Amino acid sequence: MPSNALKPPKTSKIPNIFRNQIFIPIAALLILAVFNLIADPTFFRITLDQNSNGDPVLNGYIITVIDYGSELAILALGMTLVTAASGGQDISVGAGIAIAGSVLLRVLCGADSRSAELQAPIIVGFLASCLVAMIFGAFNGSLVAFFKIQPMVATLILFTAGRSIAAWINHNELPIVSDETFSYFGNYIPGIPVPTPFFIAVACFIIMWALLKFTTLGLYVQSVGINEKTSRLNGLNPELIKLLTYVILGVCVAIAGFIKVSRLSTINYSVIAKDIEMDAILAVALGGNALSGGKFSMGSSILGAYVIQFLTTTLYKFDVKSDALPAYKAVVVILLVIMSAPAVREKLSRLAKKLHPAKAAAENS
Amino acid sequence: MSRFNRQGGGILKAPSKMTDTNLLTTITVCVFLIMYLGAIIFLGEGFLKPQAFFNILNANAALIILSCGMSLVMITGGIDISVGGVTALVAMSCAVFLDEKGGSVPVAILIAIGIGLAFGIVQGYLVAYLEIQPFIVTLAGMFFARGMTTIVHTDPFNVSNPDFVALKDSRIVIPFLGSTNRKGIFVPAKVELGVVVALLVAALLFFALKWTKTGRNFYAVGGNRQSALMLGVNVKRTTFLSHVICGLLAGVGGFVYFMHVGSGSPQHASGAEMNAIASSIIGGTMLTGGVGNIIGTVFGVLALALIQNIVSSVGLDDAWWTGITVAGMLCIFLVVQSIIIARRKKRDLSAANKKPGSKEKAAAS
Repeated sequence: MPSNALKPPKTSKIPNIFRNQIFIPIAALLILAVFNLIADPTFFRITLDQNSNGDPVLNGYIITVIDYGSELAILALGMTLVTAASGGQDISVGAGIAIAGSVLLRVLCGADSRSAELQAPIIVGFLASCLVAMIFGAFNGSLVAFFKIQPMVATLILFTAGRSIAAWINHNELPIVSDETFSYFGNYIPGIPVPTPFFIAVACFIIMWALLKFTTLGLYVQSVGINEKTSRLNGLNPELIKLLTYVILGVCVAIAGFIKVSRLSTINYSVIAKDIEMDAILAVALGGNALSGGKFSMGSSILGAYVIQFLTTTLYKFDVKSDALPAYKAVVVILLVIMSAPAVREKLSRLAKKLHPAKAAAENS
Repeated sequence: MSRFNRQGGGILKAPSKMTDTNLLTTITVCVFLIMYLGAIIFLGEGFLKPQAFFNILNANAALIILSCGMSLVMITGGIDISVGGVTALVAMSCAVFLDEKGGSVPVAILIAIGIGLAFGIVQGYLVAYLEIQPFIVTLAGMFFARGMTTIVHTDPFNVSNPDFVALKDSRIVIPFLGSTNRKGIFVPAKVELGVVVALLVAALLFFALKWTKTGRNFYAVGGNRQSALMLGVNVKRTTFLSHVICGLLAGVGGFVYFMHVGSGSPQHASGAEMNAIASSIIGGTMLTGGVGNIIGTVFGVLALALIQNIVSSVGLDDAWWTGITVAGMLCIFLVVQSIIIARRKKRDLSAANKKPGSKEKAAAS
């Protein structure tokens, strides 16, 4: 939060937790959890059932959150970097998923959309979709980095055209993969009761953590986001770093698209990953990252993504229609954003000081 | 803004160079005219009929109104992506009110304006006074509007209220413009009532932006908030006002849209916000704020609609071509804009360096 810098450093531990960035998603998660606990404690029940193939699978709302939150969390990784470096968001990730999924199916199914066996190994299809997604990421990135177009507008191009391109790649057909191993990636591997997307997401987190820990990527991204001119004077290449973040987001999009397509073994261009760009941006915002760029916290974003999914699942549980879902989500988001707005926080802290004048005086001295 | 770049001391000279706003508008108008001429030459007589032009107007009257509001917000340096959702909500609410509640048309118009104003005021307050990012606020607004549309009524339906149908089918006949049909009978051109509203709104806003104090404030705030504040402009109120007007126009545009389609559906006006942003950008409004022109916006809408018409009459009738052409056009305009602005900046900078006395000028542009 930008307002934190203005406040004097506090010595006690408790206020520090409140000021920490990860506090916002944790608080949101707690509120949601308590709400569910009061409304219906069965929300937290996890049972071991058998699916139609007779394999053991875990069941329960929490598992659903972990399962379906994976794509969102993977996207949030890339979106956080893009937000931090360029001070804007990529709104074409949903369309990107459609393109990546379309390429994947095109490679796997070849010319025949109903082929009985795979025309290429799954890994080849995945790498091809990765490559295409990276190219589209680079397209967005170069518009932002070299032509200095605002990220939202630059990605608006792909947002408008993406689903059309996806339909065009497969000549508007909806190929179906009949191979069973392909569906393992979006559902369950036989014998393992935890959904596979969760493992993929964890693998992505570890890779991202290693990237941030052992390379200077995180530092460079933050420095470009905070001040592009100073970074240039310090010998960084801001254009290249911005481009790089968009390419990384492209990889994230390809992975998310892979999971999405694998879930159903087919694709629907106009519906797949609909509104996921909004969820991904909300995950970043909920994580307390400044949407105007600069410092970021990857852990908060990941948590933010799962909180969004938690909210979605909670709403579904209360029989909210999927079309009406956005209205409730919007109310929650607005409340969260108002709570975290600097102006409101200042007023709240002033109010707190009024209520506890002695404590505030002790803290200030 | 280069309009205010005066050579020498206090002597006020008319700006000798074309301003950014005018240059971008001129490009748009030229492109539109060239495209129309090309369509007439290569695609035959169909485009020569006045009715062909008026049909474009009829179909896009609502989009013109939405884009005008969008341009205003963008000139002030914000963005409003809730307009499409508000349009759908207004159409659905009016449809339900007229059809199921048996309400009258004037009250429906009031409802439309009221919904728009409510969205504008809430979003404007959050953006201007609580200083939350406009993108997040209006994103939540869009979610809310879309969700509410489904909550108001789930399924699409046609309105059969006799008063409304009469209003919907009423056309303004232009007797001196028209064409002779195959039987040799002269058919005068017809325009819908919505077009009149749209042109009225555009003209009003154009004059307000050009010649009123409040209108100039919008440019000042968008160009440089800090300078505007120091000049004594009430920045917060101006930002608030821009969102309120945009919301109001979204309400009006929603009713005009409703008059055009005559039905309520949750799927209405999907992607309208993106079309409005695209039209504004093509019309020469910069998302960075401070640059824009309503005339340009109107031509932006027309150019966007025209290219869609051309694409479908060339025979590329498949749905995906529309998306790809619109995106391609947006891309070209964005790149051209960014190149022009970059070159002007460079020229201004070198001019400023030659005259040491006018350093502020370089900083201002």
